[in-house]
Amino acid sequence: MDTLSIEGTPKTPTVRFNGSKGIIEIKGRSIPENSIEFYKPLVEWLEAYAKESKPQTQVNIQLEYFNTSSSKCILDVFKKLEAIQKANQGVTINWFYDEDDEDMLEAGQDYESIIRIPFKMIEVVG
Amino acid sequence: MGFDVNQLYAEICGDDVFFAYAGNIVSEQINLILEEIEKKSVEVSTNIKVRKKIYNIMVESLQNLFHHLDDVPEGLSETLGKRYGMIVIKREGGDFRLTVGNFVSADKVKFLTEKIAKINSLSNDELKEMYKFILNYQKLSSKGGGGLGLIDIARKSDKKLEYRFYPYSDRYYFYRLDIFVSI
Repeated sequence: MDTLSIEGTPKTPTVRFNGSKGIIEIKGRSIPENSIEFYKPLVEWLEAYAKESKPQTQVNIQLEYFNTSSSKCILDVFKKLEAIQKANQGVTINWFYDEDDEDMLEAGQDYESIIRIPFKMIEVVG
Repeated sequence: MGFDVNQLYAEICGDDVFFAYAGNIVSEQINLILEEIEKKSVEVSTNIKVRKKIYNIMVESLQNLFHHLDDVPEGLSETLGKRYGMIVIKREGGDFRLTVGNFVSADKVKFLTEKIAKINSLSNDELKEMYKFILNYQKLSSKGGGGLGLIDIARKSDKKLEYRFYPYSDRYYFYRLDIFVSI
């Protein structure tokens, strides 16, 4: 399966979806005016990956900022991952947040309470 | 003519302003404004939490302006620009006051008033639940906004939201929203 790779910009995150390794990463800022357009290929990639997912998928999310229009799209990403887990494949979600960034920790907890996959909250120090 | 937007802008700016912008709100402008806010906030606060809060609130406020502001009333667009909005960040006592303003058509006043009153009536926990409910159950609008912007702003604000509608004409009001972040 092809790797989905998108370089980050000041408004959109770096994306690395590696199907052969089962590693999914989103990192940086997600504050575009049109988030649906940005997230569409990510959601489509995950739909394709769901059909041939690895026994273990590792998800690393490290966002510095995201806007509310991205927040819905990020939930769509998590819902695709939830579907993979429901098909009895393992999914681990690591939610990274900067030291003392309680708002970002809380945002992770909000997602965790909506989807049925436990998050590992990882504070990035320094 | 009772309402003068330039006079209001000058009044809001007053002293101790660390960022102010009034003009067209278009995508490229938003990038520049956010860059500038990020740079300047380092000069006024050593607390990264405060800086992040201000940045987050401004990201959301600018998105709200971008998607929801109404074109300025006829006769003003030549001097102000068609997609006019204002943003002011200043120190005031123990807070940063973030003011956002734009023209809205009269038919939106009731909707916005009720929405902000509702948000202000909720506790932080209730706001969190409302946010999660909308996040999970409501579809994104064609504009990409999810109805979450104001709720997110209120969750990050350290005080209740303040707002005011200045009548401009029968059809237009100037909508002003004030958000507070503790220093």
